[in-house]
Amino acid sequence: MKDNKPKIKGPSDDFDLTLSKGYKDKYVLRLYITGTTSRSIQAISNLKKICQEYLEGRYELEVIDLFQHPGLAKDEQIIAAPTLIKKLPLPFRRIIGDMSNKEKVLLGLDLRELKNEKDAQ
Amino acid sequence: MEKAEQNTSNMSLPKSPTGIQGFDEITAGGLPAGRPTLVCGGAGCGKTLFGMEFLVRGATQFNEPGVFMSFEENNEELIINVASLGFELENLIKNKKIVLDHVHVERSEIEETGEYDLEALFIRLGYAIDSIGAKRVVLDTIESLFAGLPNQLILRAELRRLFRWLKDKGVTAVITGERGNETLTRQGLEEYVSDCVIMLDHRVTEQTSIRRLRVVKYRGSIHGTNEYPFLIDETGFSVLPVTSLGLEHIVSNERISSGIKALDDMLEGKGYYRGSTVLVSGTAGIGKTSIAAHFAEAACERGERVLYFCFEESPNQLMRNMLSIGIKLEPWVKKGLLKFQASRPTLYGLEMHLAVTHKFVNEFKPDIVILDPISTFDIGEKEFEVKTLLMRIIDFLKVNQITALFTNLTSAECSIESSDVRISSLIDTWLLLRDIELNGERNRGMYILKSRGMANSNQIREFVLTNHGVELRDVYIGASGVLTGSARIAQEALENSEVLTRKHEIELKKREIARKRRALEAKLATIRTDFGSEESEAIKIIEAEREMIKRLEQDKIEMAVSRKAKTRKNSTKNLKK
Repeated sequence: MKDNKPKIKGPSDDFDLTLSKGYKDKYVLRLYITGTTSRSIQAISNLKKICQEYLEGRYELEVIDLFQHPGLAKDEQIIAAPTLIKKLPLPFRRIIGDMSNKEKVLLGLDLRELKNEKDAQ
Repeated sequence: MEKAEQNTSNMSLPKSPTGIQGFDEITAGGLPAGRPTLVCGGAGCGKTLFGMEFLVRGATQFNEPGVFMSFEENNEELIINVASLGFELENLIKNKKIVLDHVHVERSEIEETGEYDLEALFIRLGYAIDSIGAKRVVLDTIESLFAGLPNQLILRAELRRLFRWLKDKGVTAVITGERGNETLTRQGLEEYVSDCVIMLDHRVTEQTSIRRLRVVKYRGSIHGTNEYPFLIDETGFSVLPVTSLGLEHIVSNERISSGIKALDDMLEGKGYYRGSTVLVSGTAGIGKTSIAAHFAEAACERGERVLYFCFEESPNQLMRNMLSIGIKLEPWVKKGLLKFQASRPTLYGLEMHLAVTHKFVNEFKPDIVILDPISTFDIGEKEFEVKTLLMRIIDFLKVNQITALFTNLTSAECSIESSDVRISSLIDTWLLLRDIELNGERNRGMYILKSRGMANSNQIREFVLTNHGVELRDVYIGASGVLTGSARIAQEALENSEVLTRKHEIELKKREIARKRRALEAKLATIRTDFGSEESEAIKIIEAEREMIKRLEQDKIEMAVSRKAKTRKNSTKNLKK
């Protein structure tokens, strides 16, 4: 499709492009926490483990304390804490909770299908 | 408003005035300050607007900035939606009086991966509050979170915490909630917000919608418990606490003319009381509107302001029709003393009518209000509602010292008195127009059924619409009751002729006496002349006799002389003998 119409470049092309690049894409992740609660600490450690396991070398994780940057809660449409936002690759996703449910985290990060795909191959 | 503030200072529970017309009166000062209030109701009943007006009025009238956290509409939508109600949100946002925060929760974007809390929402709200020093917060509609976040246990615990947190923050909060099947709100928010619960309702009966508001609960405060009608119009929300009006209005002794002199005469020669309620009822085409128009014209001539609600005719039609009986209303409209407000009664619900009446009366500030006719409200089985509506209108007008004139169309089938019975107790002066069918004619009769506080005439008068207005004619009572129309005219002619004959007779008598006097005088004159001639005759005879005697003496002397019997001397001697 995109080869047929190279002249027109719209958002869907970007989307296709992103998809075509697939799992090789770099992950841009933001984890918003609220202070050093046990839940926050747990979320950070759980997430780091998952990232190291599945996204080694191709992720960028930023941990932000909302107490330090309260304005960001509005800007990023955050209500729950902890919240992990997957900015890239698309689609945009929010993953809330302490990341203890690994399956769901992978689902949220679009890594579960990937794993299945790999298995299928 | 004054009253509200006074109450606030008197009561132990501090209150935060909403500035919403009427609402502060029924809650004796507003919402509980520093506490959350739940506003619940079905879709489209005005929850968002209630919250928004609470904030806008707070920011503009009470210098209390506010945060509006919307879970449904985004900021642009909100600004546009409330702009139609006269709120300029953009300016308020610019001036840091109001903060809008749209919380967007999209289920498909969210993945729950374990324990979490809503601390971020707290931070977000806290940040918004602190950024402008907000005293008021609206959460609209926080129940949307239940759709976005699957874990209800966490959510419920967090909401409980949120409301506690709002209390600790000391902000006056309005939380809106969608109405549930058996609970006040779908998610049972009333469990968490228990200080004040307000229910809004929007129901449709007889194809007209009525909005109502009820204070379900208000901990630590007295409040009106009724269902109050409210209205959303271009000036926002207004609640009508008019049922709370007592019968304590000031009364006036001033009398104002009805515009019809003969009618004034029937009312002690002075007319209606100012601030009283006049009802003109009668069958179709009997001239109710004409009486109303007379009253309006007279009031305008006195320089008073008249607000005329017409529910059946358009103002132009009404003015044209009244011109045919010589009532010129148009100049007064142009002068701004007379204002017509025409609408079909079915256009809004009864409550809306009440609200609209309130609004126009407050705007126009009339001395006289005319509702023509009130019977058009009476569609379907709404007797009670109509009565309460009228009662509220009357109370409202009385409190404002406005004289009200209602016309009421009564049906011919039932007796006029009984068909109006439900409102009769509200009426001060009740004029009844009825058609009198007699001698193959239909004529108009009028009488005063009642008039509180005056010795009114008890006569049934015939009234006639002439080209110079309504005229009341004198009454003739015939064998079969009041004579009207041609029967009256015949009677009038009869009486006139009788008077004439009588006059004629008197004239005749007078003439006869004069004639008799003349005859008598003539007789007297002849008698006098007769007597005069007799008298003169008698005198003549007497003189003749004397002459005769003289002559006889003379003759004797002359005879003696001629006989020479004696000398002159002798003769004299003889004479001496």
